Amino acid sequence: MMPVVSAHGLSQRYGAVAALDDISVSVPAGQMVGLLGPDGVGKSTLLDLIAGARVLQQGRLSVLGGDMRDAAHRRHVGPRIAYMPQGLGKNLYHALSVAENLEFFANLFALNAQERRSQIARLTRATGLHPFLDRPAGKLSGGMKQKLGLCCALLHEPDLLILDEPTTGVDPLSRRQFWRLIASIRAGRPHMSVLVSTAYMEEAEGFDWLVAMDAGRILDSGSPSDLKTRTGTGDLESAFVRLLPEDKRRNGTGLVIPPLTAAAGPPAITARGLTRRFGDFTAVDEVSFDIRKGEIFGFLGSNGCGKTTTMKMLTGLLPMSAGQAHLFGRPVDAADLRARKRVGFMSQAFSLYGELTVRQNLDLHARLFELPRDRARERIATLVARFGLAPHLDLVSGDLPLGLRQRLSLAVAVLHAPEVLILDEPTSGVDPVARDAFWDLLVDLSRGDGVTIFISTHFMNEAMRCDRISLMHAGRVLVVGPPQELAAASPSGTVEESFVRHIEEAISNGGAGPPAADAPPQIAPDLAPNPAPDPAPDPAPDPTAGPAPDPAAAPTPLTDPTPLTDPTALTAAAPPTVRPPIRFSPRRMAAISLREWREVRRDPIRLAFAFLGSIFLTVIFSLGISMDVEDISLAALDFDQSPESREYLSSYYGSRTFSEQPPLLTRDDLITRMAAGDVAAAIEIPPGFGRDLKQGRSVTVSTWLDGANTTRAGTVEAYVSGAHLAALQDRSRRAGLDPDDLAVYEAHSRYRYNPSFESIRAIAPAVPAILLMMFPAILMAISVAREKEIGTITNFYVTPTSRAEFLIGKQIPYVLIAVLNTISLSAVVTLELGTAMKGSPAALVLGAFLYGAAVTSYGLLISSITRTQVSAIFAAAILSMMPTTQFSGMVQPISTLEGAGQWIGQLWPASYFMHLSVGTYTKGLSFAQLLPDMMALAAFTPVFLIPAILLLRKQGK
Amino acid sequence: MTSLRHIFWLGTKELRAVLSDAAMVGLILFTFTGMVYMQASSMPENVNNASIAIVDEDNSALTRQIANAFYPPYFQTPDHIGAGEVIPAMDAGRYLFALTFPPHFEAQIRRGHRPEILIDIDATAVMQAGLGDGYIQTIIAAEITRFLTGTDTGTDTGTETGTAPTVTNEIRRAYNPNGEMSWFNAITGILDFLNLVIIMLTGAALVREREHGTIEHLMVMPLRAAEIVLAKVWANGVIILAAFGISMTFVVEGWLAVPVAGSRGLLLFGAMLYIFAASSIGILLGTIARTMSQFALLVLLVVMPMMLLSGGTSPVESQPEMLRFFTNLLPSRHYISFAQAVVFRGAGIDIVWPDFLRILGLGTLFLLASLAAFRKSLSAAG
Repeated sequence: MMPVVSAHGLSQRYGAVAALDDISVSVPAGQMVGLLGPDGVGKSTLLDLIAGARVLQQGRLSVLGGDMRDAAHRRHVGPRIAYMPQGLGKNLYHALSVAENLEFFANLFALNAQERRSQIARLTRATGLHPFLDRPAGKLSGGMKQKLGLCCALLHEPDLLILDEPTTGVDPLSRRQFWRLIASIRAGRPHMSVLVSTAYMEEAEGFDWLVAMDAGRILDSGSPSDLKTRTGTGDLESAFVRLLPEDKRRNGTGLVIPPLTAAAGPPAITARGLTRRFGDFTAVDEVSFDIRKGEIFGFLGSNGCGKTTTMKMLTGLLPMSAGQAHLFGRPVDAADLRARKRVGFMSQAFSLYGELTVRQNLDLHARLFELPRDRARERIATLVARFGLAPHLDLVSGDLPLGLRQRLSLAVAVLHAPEVLILDEPTSGVDPVARDAFWDLLVDLSRGDGVTIFISTHFMNEAMRCDRISLMHAGRVLVVGPPQELAAASPSGTVEESFVRHIEEAISNGGAGPPAADAPPQIAPDLAPNPAPDPAPDPAPDPTAGPAPDPAAAPTPLTDPTPLTDPTALTAAAPPTVRPPIRFSPRRMAAISLREWREVRRDPIRLAFAFLGSIFLTVIFSLGISMDVEDISLAALDFDQSPESREYLSSYYGSRTFSEQPPLLTRDDLITRMAAGDVAAAIEIPPGFGRDLKQGRSVTVSTWLDGANTTRAGTVEAYVSGAHLAALQDRSRRAGLDPDDLAVYEAHSRYRYNPSFESIRAIAPAVPAILLMMFPAILMAISVAREKEIGTITNFYVTPTSRAEFLIGKQIPYVLIAVLNTISLSAVVTLELGTAMKGSPAALVLGAFLYGAAVTSYGLLISSITRTQVSAIFAAAILSMMPTTQFSGMVQPISTLEGAGQWIGQLWPASYFMHLSVGTYTKGLSFAQLLPDMMALAAFTPVFLIPAILLLRKQGK
Repeated sequence: MTSLRHIFWLGTKELRAVLSDAAMVGLILFTFTGMVYMQASSMPENVNNASIAIVDEDNSALTRQIANAFYPPYFQTPDHIGAGEVIPAMDAGRYLFALTFPPHFEAQIRRGHRPEILIDIDATAVMQAGLGDGYIQTIIAAEITRFLTGTDTGTDTGTETGTAPTVTNEIRRAYNPNGEMSWFNAITGILDFLNLVIIMLTGAALVREREHGTIEHLMVMPLRAAEIVLAKVWANGVIILAAFGISMTFVVEGWLAVPVAGSRGLLLFGAMLYIFAASSIGILLGTIARTMSQFALLVLLVVMPMMLLSGGTSPVESQPEMLRFFTNLLPSRHYISFAQAVVFRGAGIDIVWPDFLRILGLGTLFLLASLAAFRKSLSAAG
């Protein structure tokens, strides 16, 4: 049989790190293939390459019979591959409901409406997601997210299903359900190949074929029994360790935990009736426990059952809604800084500073915990040695593999020698070897230093290492006790069994908390068992694979004899017709638009900011940006003090333009008061002004203007000149001469479009152009950058979606928003101006559409050259702020700008929409007259969009 | 003391984070050099290069003489168009001004018939229209006077020249005698970018810290919220203050050759206070925003008024009373006020201290508000 994947000499380097180092492997088709190995050995990179999500650097890779370098082949096989990247719900859209997520993926793969409905119904019934179709994906438990991810991947009936650590961070019950689901799917689709990477060796026991990896290389491959035979070991965990190079094996096979010597004194941690509510949702419900000093207390429970919330309350991060918690007999008080020094906390995610090196992180924390310098040096040296960080001291911690990062986090958490350590799933996603090393440290801290450890975990073998564990479900503690006792009480003698039973019991009692998102779904309860199972051959692995000898290890999920899922549910429907891939599919684009629109709608705050915010800004800008000058502060330095000088000055003060300030006494006075900004203009009348005038001599007065603000000085100058002329005319009139009679011509100024010459008539219609440039562009840029940051961009990489479909699809909702925003702002402007729009409203709406398209294309261009949301915001705001506010003609017509400003203004879309908007409102222009603006606006879209499409990569790097 | 140490060490982390991002440092440098220069140098004089058309139905020596009086840099060389073209051309925005001389204009003047010149002005160009009108009237008056005095016996006529004896008003500008726009625009330009960059930098640092969960990590350490916040303020502040110094020295004083009348130390001190106030605003926005996109929108909502209503674009005196009260709450308004006083008028601390005090007060207010919101946002985030 032809291998489904064959690789020759694959190498992939990132900086100095070789993620894959000359890998050659052939993966047999139609099998369940496992990819094993510690974290950071290149498993995800390899899977990314196989799925086509990354650009191949070196070597040859053929998947489903074609070269993955070939874009045409990728496009062709794309619909036959399904990829679920690592991370709970990583490729899901959390704001969208279960049904909407499924619909989106169905549309991407061009299922027709009927296929879509039947596939969604089948898959959700089979996975037990059917009752939760309307729940947002973000509110599902981890296990349910993974099931939804699986449904999304299976909708189009792929031939190759790639799952990257699908059960990491998932509780045992959900994990068990997940593998059962996979088994039944394979039963229904025997020719489908499944490629899985996993950190759980017990899961790997059930696979058909395994590839063991380390440090970017393949150690060995073959069936589990092959590997075990070859290494002469009884279980995969030991087999894997045996395959590792000598220096990487752990010395000593097992972990020895000395018994806990009962410490005297009060418990380290006590909780009584601890409760936390978020709105009407009770996350933690009356939780009580005592943890003795030096004890390792394990906290188990499904995702989202309230473990993290409980831990946060104990650290004071979250205030409790009810109940009490004590640390060392003192109530937990968030404000008590001294108590914080006694506690070390390590949260689920890596929460150190990724941009700092290992050494810098340790140093910083030593400083913050106020360790004296010599003690800090000594402590850091000890920890570096003990945690094996020495070779990595000067590496940037964000680049370290997960296992190392977790070790560093722990080192930081114990740096100040706390008496209590609170660790929230510290080993999630860490490979077995690194996990054992981590536990060595924990045991040492507990038994050696007497540190009380409160730890949450999903690993049952870790649970067995605790002194006591508690099982939590839906905000309640179900049971507390030593793990061995709990295990013994269950029929199969495993903690996992005990765990699953307690939860199932709690669910069937129904009273255990609200049927919240964290309730594990019951598998297909609504499916009647089919009496005549599908006669498809059963490719499932040997269902009698022996149970692991360690009671901690779970029975391999695939061996579960009770098929909860009806296999026919997964095979009954006719497989959707496979359509040849199309380069540009309006349907896929529509699917992307619909999804984007739904996501936007789910964030009403963002929409409200955009709409109400722009209305608010329109109002204040159109009122506030005004060139109308009144009340120019004017003072006189009158050296003459004659009736003539007073008469001259009174002509100035007579108008509303100037406001009379107390007279100036000396030149120094003038200088001081002008420097203080008290007077904008000062008129100096020379001595003898009146006398000279009477004697018929020409006289000169001088005016000083505050020239600091050049624009304003120009305006003031014009007003002063005007007032001076008026003063002279007044004088002539008093002398009995009508100045008009002396004029030889008349000049009539007609202020067109704005006869009353008010700023607001020109500014108000211009403001929407500014706001519509900024808001949609930034929203657009963030929307793409966000996909890159949270990882949903993978859906674009691995589905047949083309670059144009992706970008234009995302763009459409924002163009629509821009048009709606224009209409709402138009209403505001119309209200403010108090007159109806004089020109063509159709031109304004069409212009808004073209402008919206141009502006969002600009946002897309920005997003295609930035990687993070922060840089997208920065670039979008900084690069567009100046051209929009300064060079688009709001205050200064573009033709009057100089140099670069004029060029930028002419090449900036805001200029044209501003012209169009002012033309519509104030000039009353018709559609035909505004056509040139619209054409210019239309030209911007391709100018921005085409480079954006070309710069967007269809694969990750 | 302990607090100060915490603030210092946390701040070094912030410094490293920003300085290790080469693209960000590059963008900041470009903003404070190239973009400040562009904004300052592109803005023209009040009336500059204004487009003007002339409808000359007389075509006499006088009208030609007047037409020739319009030349760069104030006006573009006038286009001669037909009477019917005025309205369509102005509708299309081709001309800001259009002069119409009636037939027999010169002859009528000579006969003392007072012919009428029509000046059409595009009043949607609010800044140019009024000033340009004045310039045009002055030019026409001067040319007609010259024409009449040059040919006729020296009758001193024209509306503008009034009656003998004459009073002339010599208008001089203090601080910027030639009215160079780039001087004031340099100060406004620096403010605009200073504002935008510092608010985004501090706020985004906080939002990112929350998105990555590192903020919780800090909150379980013996650190106060105030220490975390102040560390961000000083670290980002130092970066921007350095950028401000570079911009003032090399771009404003060097490249644009703007003379600084007052004390540079005082200016830097004021900028420091301003950066404190603006970064407090950034922190406040970063505390309120739940996601990066909300933060971006909030920044726009706050930064744009800070830029456009500060008095840098249009005079604050022109704002309606109600709005003036509101803009008093914008630190940027006080920045423009003190910066122009120090740079151009050479004002000392005795004059600008009220502005400093207001900026400091507003900054403190924003900082306290963000501290109050800080704890609340943490507990809501769970």
